Amino acid sequence: MPAQATTESVEQVIIDGLTELGAEGEVARDSTFEQLDVDSLDLVELAQIIEDEFGVELQGEDVKDLTNVGQVIDLVVARSQ
Amino acid sequence: MPEGCALVTGSARGIGAASATALAGAGWPLAINYRSDAEGAEGVAKAIVEAGGQAAALQADVCDPDAVADLFKSVEERFGPVLVLVNNAGMRADGLAPQLGDDEWERVLDTNLSAAFRVTRRALKPMIRARFGRVINIASIVGPRANAGQANYAASKAGLIGFTKTVAVEVARRGVTVNAVAPGFVETQLTEDVSNGNGNGFVEAIPARRPGTPEEIASCVRFLASEEAAYVTGTTLTVDGGLSA
Repeated sequence: MPAQATTESVEQVIIDGLTELGAEGEVARDSTFEQLDVDSLDLVELAQIIEDEFGVELQGEDVKDLTNVGQVIDLVVARSQ
Repeated sequence: MPEGCALVTGSARGIGAASATALAGAGWPLAINYRSDAEGAEGVAKAIVEAGGQAAALQADVCDPDAVADLFKSVEERFGPVLVLVNNAGMRADGLAPQLGDDEWERVLDTNLSAAFRVTRRALKPMIRARFGRVINIASIVGPRANAGQANYAASKAGLIGFTKTVAVEVARRGVTVNAVAPGFVETQLTEDVSNGNGNGFVEAIPARRPGTPEEIASCVRFLASEEAAYVTGTTLTVDGGLSA
């Protein structure tokens, strides 16, 4: 069963996921993907981590305009409601 | 190799069945997918199990997106993630271009190209997570080369080769390889009418002077799926007895 998607749990999964994917420096809510050196394939993989964890499916259209970590967290929390 | 399985679409007979059998011989649990030939698929699965492998025959029309979703669900429940995918399901509906109907065009493109895209899309994310994956697309020398009467088939197979190259570069850094195998003339049910009828004289044009066998294509699939082929990606392995050399 997918985990309950609270803001805190989503934030933790996304930060852990980006760290696992080799993000540069500390991952914070306001970090941009550019600062973290996170590329488009990393975001595909992050989407899979999120889907496995919370059952929320993110497609290309959903993520193409996102630029920072906080935006992903907010989107996943909103989608899981 | 990581825990997972191989899925071969359209593997009730021909090149698909031989590829499934070869991959089972390499130790992969096998999902034998078929659309209508349940008996053929069960036979392939049974032979693999009798030889000491694991296999299950699973019905799904790969042109139906919902059926693809259900297929992956049932494969993953049974055998874990699909780490080797062979997009083999294919069809022909021949005719000279001025006489090809929209339906013949669309069915061939949908089965040979669009279905391969949808199945690959579904398979890739778990492969990326596993840092291991092998996608092998069964193309054809028809596509890179002309074959009168097969404009739809040629377009689908040329498209499949283009698809192979681009997806390969997208995922290469995650240990996932994407390659195509381009058979020449292989004796299967798909080419039955060619070998029995208007194909007279065709074999003489093949430098090897004989058609290929499904097993000869399958052994190339088996190689591309192996650890040894980890650095082979984005390429097309032509297996045609020298026909296009």
